[in-house]
Amino acid sequence: MILVWLILIPFIGGFLCWQGERYGGIAFPRWVALGTMLLALGISLWLWATGDYTLSGIGAQPQWTIEFQAPWIERFGISVHLGLDGLSLLLVVLTNILGVMAVACSWKEIESQVGFFHLNLLWNLGGVVAVFLALDLFLFFFFWEMMLVPMYFLIARWGHNAPDGKGRIYAATKFFIFTQASGLLMLLSILGLVFAHHTNTGVWSFDYEVLLGSELAPQTEFLLMLGFFAAFMVKLPLVPVHTWLPDAHSQAPTAGSVDLAGILLKTAAYGLMRFGLPLFPEASASFAPVAMWMGVVGIVYGGVMTFAQTDIKRLVAYSSISHMGFIVVGIYAGTPLALQGAVVTMIAHGISAGALFILCGEIYERLHTRELSRMGGLWACFPYLPPIALVFALASLGLPGLGNFVGEFLVLLGTYPVDLPVTIAAATGLVFAAVYALMMVQRAFHGTPTIAKQLQDLNRRELATLLSLMAMLLALGLYPQPVLDTSAAPTQALSRMYQAAQATLAAEAAP
Amino acid sequence: MILNNAQWHALLPILAVSATAIAVMLAIAIKRHHRAVASVAVVGLNLALVAVLLAAHWVPQTVTPLLVVDGYALFYSGLIVATTLGVATLMHAYLEGYAGNREEMYLLLVLAALGGLVLASSNHLASFFIGLELLSIPLFAMIAYPLNQRHALEAGIKYLTLSAAASGFLLFGMALIYADAGTLAFGPLAQKLNAADRLGPYVLVGAGMVLVGAGFKLSLVPFHLWTPDVYDGAPAPVTAFLSTASKAAVFAVLLRFFAQGGGYAAETLKDVLSALAVASILAGNILALMQNNLKRLLAYSSIAHFGYALVALIASGPLAVEAVAVYLLTYVVTNLGAFGVVTLMSSPLGERDADHIYDYRGLFWRRPYLAAILTAMMLSLAGIPITAGFIGKFYVLAVGLDARLWWLVAAVVVGSAIGLFYYLRVLSTLFLQDPTRMQFEAPSDWAQRAGGVMVLGLMLLMMLIGTYPGPFLDVIGLSGLAAP
Repeated sequence: MILVWLILIPFIGGFLCWQGERYGGIAFPRWVALGTMLLALGISLWLWATGDYTLSGIGAQPQWTIEFQAPWIERFGISVHLGLDGLSLLLVVLTNILGVMAVACSWKEIESQVGFFHLNLLWNLGGVVAVFLALDLFLFFFFWEMMLVPMYFLIARWGHNAPDGKGRIYAATKFFIFTQASGLLMLLSILGLVFAHHTNTGVWSFDYEVLLGSELAPQTEFLLMLGFFAAFMVKLPLVPVHTWLPDAHSQAPTAGSVDLAGILLKTAAYGLMRFGLPLFPEASASFAPVAMWMGVVGIVYGGVMTFAQTDIKRLVAYSSISHMGFIVVGIYAGTPLALQGAVVTMIAHGISAGALFILCGEIYERLHTRELSRMGGLWACFPYLPPIALVFALASLGLPGLGNFVGEFLVLLGTYPVDLPVTIAAATGLVFAAVYALMMVQRAFHGTPTIAKQLQDLNRRELATLLSLMAMLLALGLYPQPVLDTSAAPTQALSRMYQAAQATLAAEAAP
Repeated sequence: MILNNAQWHALLPILAVSATAIAVMLAIAIKRHHRAVASVAVVGLNLALVAVLLAAHWVPQTVTPLLVVDGYALFYSGLIVATTLGVATLMHAYLEGYAGNREEMYLLLVLAALGGLVLASSNHLASFFIGLELLSIPLFAMIAYPLNQRHALEAGIKYLTLSAAASGFLLFGMALIYADAGTLAFGPLAQKLNAADRLGPYVLVGAGMVLVGAGFKLSLVPFHLWTPDVYDGAPAPVTAFLSTASKAAVFAVLLRFFAQGGGYAAETLKDVLSALAVASILAGNILALMQNNLKRLLAYSSIAHFGYALVALIASGPLAVEAVAVYLLTYVVTNLGAFGVVTLMSSPLGERDADHIYDYRGLFWRRPYLAAILTAMMLSLAGIPITAGFIGKFYVLAVGLDARLWWLVAAVVVGSAIGLFYYLRVLSTLFLQDPTRMQFEAPSDWAQRAGGVMVLGLMLLMMLIGTYPGPFLDVIGLSGLAAP
């Protein structure tokens, strides 16, 4: 039941924010939202502290640390089936951490319709948590699509109209259509899987555990796998369907960007690990080379494009594409090390990209521009902001001691025995990262100051937000063991399953 | 002909609606009083709803060779009567400000509903035709009801002319079928058609012409040309009726014609239907992209939606009957809600209805709940989870996939993706800042009036179907076609 509350709390809190604004003024929704997210974060941390995460929800016999099941649409064997294992727990914790940060960073930024803003933000977060917990494919799809609606409103209503951009409504619509249309392909795959299972056994079920062992003809399996992959590919995003991401980020409000980069992108990676690979292991194994090279293209293309950006938010957005490439490579490499690396990268990137977007928002609040060419010399204007930005830029380039390094290093290490050329090509991403991260710092903070006066520096709220994110990133970089322990069981189970499929494939190809 | 007890009971809904029509007529003759006449109509329709429940104990019954009352017929009867009730409440809000005679509208509405009921239980090409005409003829008058408005008159005449042409096709088609098969009743017709060698060219051409007639009523591409003009010109509540109850009734009889009248026997017919479905989905969605008028936009969207429903029809089989029922239920609830908001914004009857998207700018900041309802309805039309539309789309995709109709399923996916664009456009307008000049505003106490309460209720119902469809699916599970 606690899992249901994890989902419901943000929904209820969001509703209170909306309705409470009328009676409590605009400060009320902010405090309610903060309280809600802190409560959700508290619950998820408590679950982490008390739960037994040696169980794995992946594998032939999934076992869940906490499980909840209630009938929903019995006609098709659809139930509200939620389950928590180490993998979902880490992502739920990440979601709630970034949720708190997103509320905190919009404290001053959002001035109009504050209650409705927080309704959308919290409903989005609640939807994401539900995606991480859902074990029924219908339920998963339900929330997968549902969480887009609040995000659409966040961008379309509270976004910025960048001067040369096509406007926030354009960006929001593009985001929505891309993700929704690809989602429909996944729905088709889900239905295909369910019908195949129904044909085999005569039982209607959308349940993950039931469908896990479905016998599928290789061709069908491949087609169904492609449907899932299409949805995840758009959400990750991989080149060439990434074009919604920079637009959405450049127009979104800060909290929207934090949410989008930090959490929404991770739902796709999670989907691959929870559903894509385990449901279709053999098809995924045979598709792996393509997927890995697509990841590499994402790394390289993202890196090159990042370098060419002049809008600081678009810059961070393109760098996300590059980092997400590592996650794809790691997942499809399928060794335990690479999978763990992918998980750590998800968390580290969530934190570092979230922090960078918060910083972008703070710079924008003070300078009213996001153009790098109009910054320059900011180091002289603030005592705190530039060094903090430098830390997160360094995290993004993969400096040892910060979380991103651990993740990307593990991915490369784990991919090495599987596919050497991919590893080499992916490693160039680290070089690109160094170039663009330093370039960003150099252009924004060094050089001759264009603004001579001292600007208002970070206040206590902003400092607290950023310093706590920094502390988490450092902790993840210096002592990643708790995270690795928590994700060990699911990643190892996934890896066993995946390597068995690879072996089958190899055996079929041999004679 | 003598009807036995069970048959009388099965016929109760039709009898109740007929009695309502007479009662409304008498009430008008006694005294013109808007609220009183409306109340008579509403009470009568409520009784008809009760009659549907009573009749449910006696099904299936064949009443005369023309009608069969089974679970299927009762489900659609209930849907049509409930929709008519909803339209009646909207009508009351809308006509309050109308200067001319307001009362006859209710008479026309009840008569049209009666036509719908006949269609839902029609088991014979003759009753098919009678029901269709009974449904259409009151609609001519309803569309052109505001006689002094040019748009409405134009729409009425357009609908009259084209509808007459479609009826001509329908009758000629039936004659051709009769010429070859020698029967007009669905059951025997199916037997003849299923004996494969009896499938002569006359029957095929005849069935094709029946399809043209039905296609016109359902505004499938390429018989859709009247739709945007009529939707635009007709008073908003009439448009609501036209796009929901009237289309659902025609679709119900079309499905029965296919499932029990042997329509599925002809592969050619299925191919024709598939082409119509793909054309409707694509053309409807693409043409809607360019609309700045909400009523026209909804007109094109309904063209596309009946394309989706056709996919379920083509899939055939018991699951398809269920899927059509689910789809039409979700569609009717959603569309009635959307037109309900348009009606509430438009009343009292003025120069024109609030039909430009521009009129809705910033509605959210002025009438948040009304805007929230329209938002929910748009999301439902787009088929986003938590709304009823998603359940409908889910069913359509499921049966399409089950029947391996790859091209049609692909069309549904592409169509939905295109559709998102214009639904989102309406949505984003609602949340923009206030326009400088507002022409339309729902009365501030809209939620306390019958129309407002009905629209709010529809939104709750829509959300309930979207989040907890179990009970609805159970009811629909009971409303399968009776074995012929």
